[in-house]
Amino acid sequence: MTQHSEIWVYAEIEDGKVAGVSLELLGKGRELAQVLGVPLAGVILGHGARSLADVLFAHGADIVYLAEDPRLARYTTLPFARVLTELVREKKPEIVLYGATPLGRDLAPRVASALRAGLTADCTDLQIGSYESGGRLYQRKLLQIRPAWGGNIIATIVSPDVLPQMATVREGVMHVPEPVNGRAGTLIQVPVHLDREPEAVTLIERTTHPRRVDLRSANIIVSGGYGMGSKENFALIEELAALLNGQVGGSRAAVDAGFVHADHQVGQTGTTVRPKLYIACGISGAVQHRAGMEESGKILAINIDPEAPIFGIAHYGIVGDVREVVPRLIKALKGKL
Amino acid sequence: MPLRMIVLAKQVPDTKNVTGEVMKPDGTLNRAALAAIFNPEDLNALEMGLELRERYGGEVIVISMGPPRAAEMLEDALCRGADRVILLSDRRFAASDTLATSYTLAQAITRHLSPYHLVLCGRQAIDGDTAQVGPQTADKLGIPQVTFADATPEFDGAKFRIRRDLGRVQEIVEVAPPVLLTVRRSANSPRWPNARLVLKYRRARCAFQIEGEAQRQGKTVDELLASLRDKGLFIETWGAEDIDADLARIGITGSPTKVKKVENVVLKGLDLKLFSPHDAGVRDLVAQLVEERTFG
Repeated sequence: MTQHSEIWVYAEIEDGKVAGVSLELLGKGRELAQVLGVPLAGVILGHGARSLADVLFAHGADIVYLAEDPRLARYTTLPFARVLTELVREKKPEIVLYGATPLGRDLAPRVASALRAGLTADCTDLQIGSYESGGRLYQRKLLQIRPAWGGNIIATIVSPDVLPQMATVREGVMHVPEPVNGRAGTLIQVPVHLDREPEAVTLIERTTHPRRVDLRSANIIVSGGYGMGSKENFALIEELAALLNGQVGGSRAAVDAGFVHADHQVGQTGTTVRPKLYIACGISGAVQHRAGMEESGKILAINIDPEAPIFGIAHYGIVGDVREVVPRLIKALKGKL
Repeated sequence: MPLRMIVLAKQVPDTKNVTGEVMKPDGTLNRAALAAIFNPEDLNALEMGLELRERYGGEVIVISMGPPRAAEMLEDALCRGADRVILLSDRRFAASDTLATSYTLAQAITRHLSPYHLVLCGRQAIDGDTAQVGPQTADKLGIPQVTFADATPEFDGAKFRIRRDLGRVQEIVEVAPPVLLTVRRSANSPRWPNARLVLKYRRARCAFQIEGEAQRQGKTVDELLASLRDKGLFIETWGAEDIDADLARIGITGSPTKVKKVENVVLKGLDLKLFSPHDAGVRDLVAQLVEERTFG
């Protein structure tokens, strides 16, 4: 096997399981590996994490690199960055992908800096394609596609000269592949070389809040914006969502105004969703919000401003005051469902 | 113990405040028309530095890499209470990606501003939203990082105690200086410029402004420079040579990532079906959604 011929997915461990975004990346990684004709590998840094390798195989990994050490039991920046940097230097993958999670965005830039490699943040799509510059044609390059300028532009970034090509990828925009239980692969144990120095950053306290809501797997999302006017009115959103067996979402403005908890935020800085039906109530549709929901199957927009950008991407619209229209919608649904 | 703190700041286009005036007729953004502002979370980083200085003493130095125009933002930093500001500006820094930017910032710090206790920067800038320059600068400086800080740390003379907000997870960590922190919007409310300082620093000038200003005032460049320095009104400006930069690691040459293509986001023109806001319209809408089985 020649050098620089593997695609790697860094497998993030969340509550003892492989994080959803890492599984999503295995799905995308599989596609890219097919195009390039190279193997797909998952990388696990942890302690007592061997059983997770099978999860990566089932989701499409051909190879799993497993680095185990008690000092890797919990994520801390420097040891993880050191072990991963060393592994990349030794095995020379062509592409390394990370979830754009708080962990991925802490780890990946540190590794990229140490390797002096290119890194593109928060990608929403990845493709293989060519790049031309200075009369030179680069082929089979990773095209790293991401929104920038507050979502007003979509940029395609490449790292033509330097390997590995690295990117963090937004959660929820790629699909988790159907697992094939019992699918086999090659497990490669990686020796860990960490010095005995005490860890620079020590953890004093850690509190975890369960996710209040799982917007990503919802079929129907009813979302409220600043136009709801108050926290009390926001109860209408909850009532409508409950009636439809849907989940409650909110715009950044609604979260900032204290109408709804940040866990419910849909959009560029919140969760990216693609339900069958997205009902946007009193949401003007700033580009940051649209970036997180425009791939919904059907979009129903209710807004008092006929010029609101949300109507530009909606399939159905009602121009009117949400505080009057939503109760009517609830009433009509009670009659029909 | 007085703390020496370095704040990394960036002047950015105001992408969060897109008004009709900056939209082109085709519905895309006229990027050149956006106002240039102090990156919001860098203001939170500056505020954190100022609060730490009030508590423990010390100095707050703000550095920014950018075009000459970024001197405006540094003037603003002085007006909010920064002790010293430095503009890193050189044509050869242009088109830097996060790797080249972090190299340049780290090089300036290592050459001229060591030793220090803290490097503070915003979690991310609103133009690129990458959140990479902080961790990459920490790596180049060879110091630990604490990302997503959301409160002003406590310092017991040996260690900082820092709260981090990772969304679902909150952590409190301890770390000895020097360390780099990336700061979230939720950490504090940045103070406004101080009126007295605004009066003082509105005459602050960076190296790029000296020649024209000297001509206007009928002074030689050296005279003006000496007088500005005397009054603390000269914004230090460093280029590639001043920081002993390896030219292969700055600007476009030092940037492994290249922009292949930029597309403007245009609203998808869909066939929008409108219903009336009254009972009849709402009933029609529900009937349609039921009929096409959108409800399940």
